[in-house]
Amino acid sequence: MTMRRLINLKRVEARRIYLTYFIVIAAYVICQTMSSTKFLSSSMRGMLVPICAYMVMAISLNLVVGISGELSLGHAGFMSVGAFSGVATAILLQKVLPFAPARLAIAMIVAAIFAAIAGFLIGIPVLRLKGDYLAIVTLAFGEIIKSLLNNFYFGVDSGGLHFSMLTDTTRLLKGGRLIIRGPMGISGIQKIATFPAGFILVMIALMVVFNLVNSRSGRAFMAIRDDRIAAESIGLDITKYKMMAFVTSAALAGAAGALFAMNYSTIVANKFDFNTSILILVFVVLGGQGNMLGGIIAAAVLTILPEKLRQFSEYRMLLYAVVLIVMMLATNNAEIKYFLSRLNPFRRKEEAE
Amino acid sequence: MKKTLICAVLVLAMAASAFGASFKIGGTGPLTGGAAIYGNAAKNGAELAVEEINAMDGTVKFEIRYEDDTHDAEKAVNAYNALKDWGMQISLGSVTSKPAEATAAENFADRIFALTPSASSAAVTEGKDNVFQMCFVDPNQGTASAQYIASKGLAKKVAVIWKNDDVYSKGVYDTFMENAPKQGLEVVSDTAFADGNDTDFSVQLTDAQTKGAELVFLPMYYQPASLILAQAQAMGYAPKWFGIDGMDGILTMEGFDKSLAEGVMLLTPFNADATDAKTKSFVAKYQEKFGEVPNQFAADGYDCVYAYKEALELAKATPDMSAEEICAKMIEQFTTMTFNGVTGENVKWAANGEVSKDPKGMVIKNGAYVGLD
Amino acid sequence: MIFLNFFISGISLGSIYAIIALGYTMVYGIAKMLNFAHGDVIMVGAYVCFYAVSRYGMNPFVGVVLAMAVCTSLGIVIERFAYKPLRQAPSLAVLITAIGMSYFLQNTALLLWSSNPKVFPSIIGRGSFKLFEGKLSVSHVTVLTIATCVIIMIVLSLFISKTKLGKAMRACSEDKGAAQLMGINVNATISLTFAIGSGLAAIAGALLCSAYPTLMPTTGSLPGIKAFTAAVFGGIGSIPGAFLGGLMLGVIEIFAKAYISSQLSDAVVFGVLIVVLLVKPSGLLGKQLQEKV
Repeated sequence: MTMRRLINLKRVEARRIYLTYFIVIAAYVICQTMSSTKFLSSSMRGMLVPICAYMVMAISLNLVVGISGELSLGHAGFMSVGAFSGVATAILLQKVLPFAPARLAIAMIVAAIFAAIAGFLIGIPVLRLKGDYLAIVTLAFGEIIKSLLNNFYFGVDSGGLHFSMLTDTTRLLKGGRLIIRGPMGISGIQKIATFPAGFILVMIALMVVFNLVNSRSGRAFMAIRDDRIAAESIGLDITKYKMMAFVTSAALAGAAGALFAMNYSTIVANKFDFNTSILILVFVVLGGQGNMLGGIIAAAVLTILPEKLRQFSEYRMLLYAVVLIVMMLATNNAEIKYFLSRLNPFRRKEEAE
Repeated sequence: MKKTLICAVLVLAMAASAFGASFKIGGTGPLTGGAAIYGNAAKNGAELAVEEINAMDGTVKFEIRYEDDTHDAEKAVNAYNALKDWGMQISLGSVTSKPAEATAAENFADRIFALTPSASSAAVTEGKDNVFQMCFVDPNQGTASAQYIASKGLAKKVAVIWKNDDVYSKGVYDTFMENAPKQGLEVVSDTAFADGNDTDFSVQLTDAQTKGAELVFLPMYYQPASLILAQAQAMGYAPKWFGIDGMDGILTMEGFDKSLAEGVMLLTPFNADATDAKTKSFVAKYQEKFGEVPNQFAADGYDCVYAYKEALELAKATPDMSAEEICAKMIEQFTTMTFNGVTGENVKWAANGEVSKDPKGMVIKNGAYVGLD
Repeated sequence: MIFLNFFISGISLGSIYAIIALGYTMVYGIAKMLNFAHGDVIMVGAYVCFYAVSRYGMNPFVGVVLAMAVCTSLGIVIERFAYKPLRQAPSLAVLITAIGMSYFLQNTALLLWSSNPKVFPSIIGRGSFKLFEGKLSVSHVTVLTIATCVIIMIVLSLFISKTKLGKAMRACSEDKGAAQLMGINVNATISLTFAIGSGLAAIAGALLCSAYPTLMPTTGSLPGIKAFTAAVFGGIGSIPGAFLGGLMLGVIEIFAKAYISSQLSDAVVFGVLIVVLLVKPSGLLGKQLQEKV
């Protein structure tokens, strides 16, 4: 973001952006120090990378749901495209590029490109629809991506790359490796995703989204969200702006997918199903639509929460559901909100502003 | 010298158990969600074994903890890390294949020994010297099934219905398809289903019927299999049915019409109706404690803990050892020892972690398993 | 003949989707919310019916009535505690709360009834009608499901168009504020909608599990999503649309499995859905809303 543009922003808005960056950086520094001094439990250390990936997912979905006002129920599909293309790239580069961080970076870029292409292709039909119909079509695309990946085979041998659908007809030469194996997904992934890489991706995602939102295009997004017809009548190209938000969001989700997948030794298409899409939507809604910091915090809290509830053993997921419902009620019911704001002097000051 | 050493170790071991020290054993499995049947069964089986062992006056005592992984690799790693924070010394890996692949990589990196009760994909143990399996590997089941069908002359024309988004089903399917032609079987119909469309099987069954399959091979768990059997009967299609170890449990489903499963053949390591003393005592105690007949997963969980008990005793390991020390000892024991449990006699392990035990061919007659041989 | 048999299988599967979709569309049409917990209310209904019939040996129809009573009360309670406080909140917040409720019901069922699958006793047996010298067979459950669907459809349509309460529902659906000004108790009307929707869920549960008889805590969730798709397919909010959408979705699914690929059937089903929505952006029988400028 150029300095001039920042100065032109409203002070409140600029302060919110700085606050977001500051909190993310501070959280990173604290976690990284605690992690390197063995102060952090294995359980927490293990969650650092997935939390970063989910934060990026929340930021990217927020661009679609919060900023451009479209409901998407298939966001995990882009994560899936990114995860598979990214991991496949990393495996292909394994011998050529021994330096892991570089391999990770390239894999994430390739993942973002593939997911952006998927976003563009899906965006053409999807963005003509509205509201719940748009939601169901994105859900449908999420399911289609899952179904196709469950039937997709991809391998490499000395003769080059081989693809096949439905059954494995790649017929690899000796010494070849079948990378994507239909329903068995990818196995034996080198775990090269790291917390610093996750942090950098979160920062990049924030910069991309803030830059976009506070640009001419961003104002167009919000104008379209708030009143499509008025926006159209002043000559805004609705499809172009919607597509821009959708593709950017897909690309970020793809990079997050690659980061996520490379934190585990194995990945399957079923991981990125409707439930995962919903989970990401929960981050966005709970954090407040259009509120990047809120989404980030919600992603962290809702990833850690089920782990912290382990002591309740069989009641764990039940409690998780209760907490989710209560949080939604507390953040959205006017009476409860008013009650809470009276308890919290800090919040009242902010609201008075 | 050697004797005194042994005595010293024994005294130490007894002292340790006198102080109530026990081995911390942990595992992950789906305790909630769609796959919860398998996770809870394995957990119950393992917990029953721990309870029995702790009541004996042996030197080896356990403290067991199972964590929920909701049949998801990400959650499984979280669960594994929670167990590590708790101080897990030996691991029961994960119950289902994909999560087990993810936790096995962690087990390998952390040098914590793992013996998974039921994660049967070959990728679980691949390239890891300290991850072992209690169940047969999927590829073996596919091969064994093809051989069995051919050598017993059960059929020439075979249909396969498999689950297209499941690692277990796909693993068995792949090797079955590879081996069936070699054994002189003709696969005339090859159809699949997945999570969202696992209720109606009319297309798959019609395909098998019109193509004249004499036998339908069902590499899947018992829940969809029970639907297939019911729908085939409604259509008036009565081929021979052949299942794998996931079919075990079909007879104990509450409300299941056992006549539907009449004549179903399956390869399974465990038979709840077996009359040997070990199985009888296990089934009786399990029923008393959990109010259900144990299935194969429960039996595998039960056997895992007993296998650990034997190996720890043989290795003279003590609970004050670190996970890494125990791991080295366990690798040594598991590659050399022979184990007798409810899921098999003379069970041995290869260095790559695969178990060698013979799948028993069973056929369901009058609502109970009868040996096929 | 095989084609006809597949068609009938498709209708059987579709009739199940249709009856679940009716509940979705009813609640959506009036309360304008996607009740994602609907599939799980179906599961609760099926369990109640299972226990009544299998464990306590009640007559299947008594079992269904009991399940309806339980589900109706459950629907009212859920509405009162989880949805009503969010009447003024953005629709997405309500959607997420409904998903939370869905998790809640699934996990409660897991604790109460364990994860072991149970085989549901068919409420009218497993027989079938044979046509053309036995070449075609239509199971009793399918006939019952379609008949039930049609009856529910007619009764609901009449109820909504002819009765006073129905009029109140339509008024709430059009404009909550104006309805309130006209003296309609909006809260009570929406509660009633949920009560009816949940009662329908109990019937759907009994029929779903009679046709496909395994019952687990997750039984309702995937058919729920499929039925939601069916409701959108037919034009969400439209009662005949849900019926038509359900039947068509079932037939497409079976045909996709039979004539394209059993491995890719889900991709084909959702692909067709997308094409239909592109041609008719508000579903087969959905109302094209006029945009106000």
